[in-house]
Amino acid sequence: MTTFVNLTLGGLSSGAVYAALGLSLVIIYRATRVVNFAQPALALISSYLAYSVTKGTGSYWLGFVAAIVAGTLLGVVVERLIIRPLRHAGELSAIIATLGLLLLLQAVAGMIWSNEPHAFAYAFDFRGRFSPSDLFAVLAVVVAATGVLLLFKFTPLGLRLRATAFNPEVAKLVGVRVGAMLTVGWGLAAGVGSLAGLLATPPFIFPTVLDEVFVYALTAAVLGGLDNPLGTIVGGLVLGIGLSYVSGLLGAELVPLAALAILVAVLAVRPSGLFGRATARRV
Amino acid sequence: MTTKLPPLVLHLLAALGCLVLLVLLTLVTDPFTNLRIATVGYYLIAVAGLALLTGFNGQVSLGHGAFMFIGAYTVALLVKRVPAFPIWADLLLAVLAGGLAGLLAGAAAARLHGPYLAGATLALAVGLPAVTQRFPDLFAGSNGLSFTVNSQPAGLVGVVPPTRWQSWIVWLSVLLALVVLANLARGRLGRTLRAVRDDEVAASLAGVHVGRTKILAFLVSSACGGLAGGLQAFLLGTAAPGSFTPALSLSLLAALVLGGLGSLWGALWGAIALVYFQVWTDDFAELLSLRSDIADNLPLALYGVVLIVTVLAFPAGIQGGVRKLWVRVRRPAPSQRGES
Repeated sequence: MTTFVNLTLGGLSSGAVYAALGLSLVIIYRATRVVNFAQPALALISSYLAYSVTKGTGSYWLGFVAAIVAGTLLGVVVERLIIRPLRHAGELSAIIATLGLLLLLQAVAGMIWSNEPHAFAYAFDFRGRFSPSDLFAVLAVVVAATGVLLLFKFTPLGLRLRATAFNPEVAKLVGVRVGAMLTVGWGLAAGVGSLAGLLATPPFIFPTVLDEVFVYALTAAVLGGLDNPLGTIVGGLVLGIGLSYVSGLLGAELVPLAALAILVAVLAVRPSGLFGRATARRV
Repeated sequence: MTTKLPPLVLHLLAALGCLVLLVLLTLVTDPFTNLRIATVGYYLIAVAGLALLTGFNGQVSLGHGAFMFIGAYTVALLVKRVPAFPIWADLLLAVLAGGLAGLLAGAAAARLHGPYLAGATLALAVGLPAVTQRFPDLFAGSNGLSFTVNSQPAGLVGVVPPTRWQSWIVWLSVLLALVVLANLARGRLGRTLRAVRDDEVAASLAGVHVGRTKILAFLVSSACGGLAGGLQAFLLGTAAPGSFTPALSLSLLAALVLGGLGSLWGALWGAIALVYFQVWTDDFAELLSLRSDIADNLPLALYGVVLIVTVLAFPAGIQGGVRKLWVRVRRPAPSQRGES
């Protein structure tokens, strides 16, 4: 019974991280119909910046803030330089371009900080069952996700963002600056993604550290239907707990394959995710 | 061309010509270059398989390294556990293992499209190599399996250097597989693959079984991946999880995009680029005596840049450029033919 409780609590904090990274994918997918495969690399670069800042100043929180700001800016730059020129190209082009960015940024991180792992600090004490660090991860994600949901629901900026996602042409007609909204969306998403990266990286940082987490985040986002923020958060938490059981009972090495099995099983039954609305595709 | 040969005969003749050229090429080059030529060979068949799936059929696979992984471990396990099997039987079984895995993946993937499929195949690429850690007795953990293959007939030992012989075996298998692929691509299957890619609804209205076509594309494509992995294991004498990272799968996709989607020729340019980018970046790093951190990451950075630049600026890839040149050569300036 204690194992069961331990696994559930452990899964809750990792699930929160998957939810946050998944949320960053969903924000972008809603706005631009692009799955940002470069998201783990954007988060990786900001985590490395946090590592350097923390090492230089001795303050975890300075590194934390620097990472989130830098991640947001990176998202803005990527939208402007790479995604904007591809807005009329096919679905495949955006996938390939973001994958190219993933390879490039991971390689650049390896060049600057080396492929060898470095120790990366937790925010708080990480020892014991549901440690202060786990609590912080869950709280940080809850705060960030609530902030994003409130922003979308209740602010004028959120209304414009939703209008852009809903129908760019109509949004433009009623005076929304669609281009600016897309840039804001990418910045917002990359900021949330950086938060997820900071929470997922410890104890060690190396260029491929976020690959697995990204697979889980993508699974969480797909479970939520790819365009449903709330569904993604629920999906992330459920997935985190489920994978925690797999890890505890069958072995940690099988977790990515278990995620794949869950992904395939869910999509076989509901092709647009657990919480996604089925949409009629225009033919 | 006055008489039209059937495509199969044409492709077989072309393959025979290529094989003769390659044997000649390996005779005048050193063992290092022989090894590189062989490496181009197995990358070629992996990328060509991906071309059928992604280029012809429009299904994105970010997990083709996983099928190479399956092929490599099939050969490694067979060589170690069943030494009585000749190498061609091992390679054939690697093809079958890859194809079987592709059948399963394709059946799961037939209902997915675009980003959903990309995500699922990426999960495969990330997850599968970790299986070696879960069953270390069978797969020898992260060190992988190493072995020696005695494939050379007794009469040729000492006459033909081993790397030269290996590159012949690799290219013979690759060219045979390419003949099959080229025939499939030019025939009925190629047409249905493209029809499904361009418009699933229209294809199914025209009587094409969309799901079955997609699964078939996955099957053929991953069988090629299995062969590529098997050949890699045969060539290097090892199969280790570290060679089958997600970065490998993404490099294969990079090679395909650079070479040009939608043509098997593109796979050739892509495979050459994969091997020679590595060689050039190594030389470049040595020339400038770069730190190993930078040198090791240079090829991946280059693949990344290539992917982005190709998509942004040359969506048709190298083969698109070659085709444009070819058209210009075959049909010289219109004014000479009196057209206005």
